[in-house]
Amino acid sequence: MKKKKHHIISLMKYFHDFCGVEWLFYDLGVDEFSALWINWSSFLLTCFCLRYLLCTVGSVYIRSKEAPAKDVLKDLIEMCRGIQHPVRGLFLRSYLSQVSRDKLPDIGSEYEGDADTAMDAVEFVLQNFTEMNKLWVRMQHQGPARDKEKREKERSELRDLVGKNLHVLSQIEGVDLDMYRETVLPRVLEQVVNCKDEIAQYYLMDCVIQVFPDEYHLQTLETILGACPQLQPSVDIKTVLARLMERLSNYAASSAEVLPVFFQVEAFAKLNIAIGKVIEAQDDMPVYGAVTLYASLLTFILHVHPDRLDYVDQILGACVKKLSGKGKLDDSKATKQIVALLSAPLDKYKDIDTALKLSNYPRVMEHLDNGTNKEMSNVIIQSIMKNRTYISTAEKVEALFELIKGLIKDIDENHQDELDEDDFKEEQNSVARLIQLLYTDDTEEMMKIIHTVRKHILTGGPKRLPFTVPPFTFSALKLVRRLQSQNENVSGEEAAATPKDIFQILMQTIEALSSVPVPELALGLYLQCAEAANDCDLEPVAYEFFTQAYILYEEEISDSKAQVTSIHLIIGTLQRMHVFGVENRDTLTHKATGYSSKLLKKPDQCRAVYACSHLFWLDEHNDMKDGERVMLCLKRALRIANAAQQMANASRGSSGSVVLFIEILNKYLYFYEKGVLQVTIDSIQSLIELIKQEMSGENTTADLSADAFFASTLRYIQFQKDKGGVVAEKYSPIKAEFAETS
Amino acid sequence: MVLVLALGDLHIPHRAADLPPKFKSMLVPGKIQHVICTGNLCVKEVHDYLKTVCPDLHIALGEYDEETRYPETKTLTIGQFKLGVGHGHQVIPWGDLDSLAMLQRQLDVDILVTGHTHQFTAYKHEAGVVINPGSATGSYSSINYDVNPSFVLMDIDGLRVVVYVYELIDGEVKVDKIDFKKTTASST
Repeated sequence: MKKKKHHIISLMKYFHDFCGVEWLFYDLGVDEFSALWINWSSFLLTCFCLRYLLCTVGSVYIRSKEAPAKDVLKDLIEMCRGIQHPVRGLFLRSYLSQVSRDKLPDIGSEYEGDADTAMDAVEFVLQNFTEMNKLWVRMQHQGPARDKEKREKERSELRDLVGKNLHVLSQIEGVDLDMYRETVLPRVLEQVVNCKDEIAQYYLMDCVIQVFPDEYHLQTLETILGACPQLQPSVDIKTVLARLMERLSNYAASSAEVLPVFFQVEAFAKLNIAIGKVIEAQDDMPVYGAVTLYASLLTFILHVHPDRLDYVDQILGACVKKLSGKGKLDDSKATKQIVALLSAPLDKYKDIDTALKLSNYPRVMEHLDNGTNKEMSNVIIQSIMKNRTYISTAEKVEALFELIKGLIKDIDENHQDELDEDDFKEEQNSVARLIQLLYTDDTEEMMKIIHTVRKHILTGGPKRLPFTVPPFTFSALKLVRRLQSQNENVSGEEAAATPKDIFQILMQTIEALSSVPVPELALGLYLQCAEAANDCDLEPVAYEFFTQAYILYEEEISDSKAQVTSIHLIIGTLQRMHVFGVENRDTLTHKATGYSSKLLKKPDQCRAVYACSHLFWLDEHNDMKDGERVMLCLKRALRIANAAQQMANASRGSSGSVVLFIEILNKYLYFYEKGVLQVTIDSIQSLIELIKQEMSGENTTADLSADAFFASTLRYIQFQKDKGGVVAEKYSPIKAEFAETS
Repeated sequence: MVLVLALGDLHIPHRAADLPPKFKSMLVPGKIQHVICTGNLCVKEVHDYLKTVCPDLHIALGEYDEETRYPETKTLTIGQFKLGVGHGHQVIPWGDLDSLAMLQRQLDVDILVTGHTHQFTAYKHEAGVVINPGSATGSYSSINYDVNPSFVLMDIDGLRVVVYVYELIDGEVKVDKIDFKKTTASST
């Protein structure tokens, strides 16, 4: 042991003496010295490396505990002062920091010494930090102006060397909140402010924020925020503040226990003021910068004070103020930030009601360009759909439609959005889905909602009506149903809204579709309303809806396929009507059969006509059973089927399919079973024979599906015979052997 | 064991915003081999969604469908069964079993699936079954007042098919089932 001790001391002495040779050069003249410098720079370099060695030696010395750590460290740090070259100095001091790290006289460490605090350790690190920062800043000013970019790049590469000191400070056990607040932070900030260097200030502020714990930041908010205005104007302070707020937001979100501290230190108030000051001071701050700050503060509020809608609205208001006079923003960075700003409350509150209460919300949206406004509107709708929240008052609906008005109508008359057709459809379909969520059980309020929705969708123009009128219609029809059931239960009370009122509104609204025009859609909707009116026993209303549907059919629907579908809807609906008196019913039925027989293609005609037969036989109403007219329809259908066969023969040289005959046969059986006397066994039998004849004819083209159909029909007849009882009796006279066809 | 999902009359977005979440969580991709849809989806998004549930998708044309190229009726064979699907607005009177039976005979199928009435029904008659899976979203219907969201799952196994109907009543999914056995194997 003794030998080792001796060895180290003599090594130290040797180095000390060696470094003492400086005085040798004091008397040299300038020229001599430069010559010496050039020649001896390598020597000096070596000298530089010696200082590294000294640090190593010093750290070993500390370890030996021959002298108190604080004394050795003091000497070492003084020694480093000799290297004033920035890069070399930085590296040397960084090495010192590294090598001394585990030997700091921290409390609880083995090198503690007799002091009871970590003050000495802190002093050491602070001093090292201060000197390193000075060296780092000096790099900025060395060399010609044209190399500035290169220098800044070099500086950027070396910045961690400086920042490391702060990290070391944060790791010192003895640095508690008090020491941080009294000593560490003020000293660090002092250096940061005084160095007046943009790069250093930005980096170090960020370092401080990242490296020290959030609880400390909360307690020293004023100090750190106070430093911000003192920084160089070119420092990107908004990013620094944003990151601070982000850290604090996450801290608040991490546990509910920390929240009271936020309130206690009035964190929000301080941040709000600081941000206000920064934005005011930096007049030329780009819009997106200011919005980013507001967005960060908003996130902060949502984490710390989610119940304070007034704070949220306040921030939005500040944002509006900053944006005022700027009209619609052209800057995509800014609009992106605004969308983030506006989406944050939606994500947090999940209930659109809350967002609707923020008076400044729509005002912020005003500043988005049309495209982004629509995008935001879509975000709002998606949020509502995701949370399946119902919007339950007319007032809220009004507010909501005001927000998303970009989707509801063309805002700018002159500026037509060139939206891709598919995108437009998707957009309008989401509006349609939204309409489904505008609902309340309260029928009076629902009526108001209906009125509000109608008002807005009618401003949509022909492009949008086909998407918005159907959901509106069904929403209204659902209300009619609820009113019906309400009236049944609560009789004697005057209802504020009646089904009749709603039907009036519907009539006018569906009429608006004629401006598009979409006659098939409108026809379908009219018939839906007719059926609903039927259920309310409102004969004139139902008749009017039918009239409108018929007019559309006659005047607007000329496409054959559309006609067939429309006829089916007309006949199907009419078949279910029970509210009509004889005259009205006759008129409508007559028209329907007329349309049926005028369809272009014979098979379509045939099918529509035999469908009409059902108009004359309603199961539930004995007074609407007219066997004669049923048979008339069926016979007419048969004639059409015959004509179709003949046409096929004439034009194609082969008989057409017998399918129509088989269909009519099935209808015969249907009505026969129902007890329509005019459908006689003879008529059934002769039709069966006709079919068999047609199928075995010379010119017949084999039609497997018709064969199968006929076979299954005959099977059915047999099945009925096998049933026994009344049914079997009915069916027994019918001869229906299966004819083998080739 | 072949699982066939039958559903329809969703009427999105005209009459409903979306499928009930409880149904959506049941319709997991990869479990079902075929999907039969009676029509009235009505928009492309619904088609795409059904496609993710099962790529073998058969849709019949409803009167409100945006895509007008769906066929009016379609037949397919699954195992020993011949199935037919149509929307049903063409069969008058709407929902009338005997008229639907005629369509079944015409298509020559064992199982006929139609919709339009938004009312779940499953009738065994003569040699076949006529099924209406109702409306998967429980949307408004002029024909049926009391609409609960419903769909049907058929389990086809040899000559036997078990028809499960899932109905959402007061927020709870209730299941019922009907057994059906074919008497003979289908002829070509």
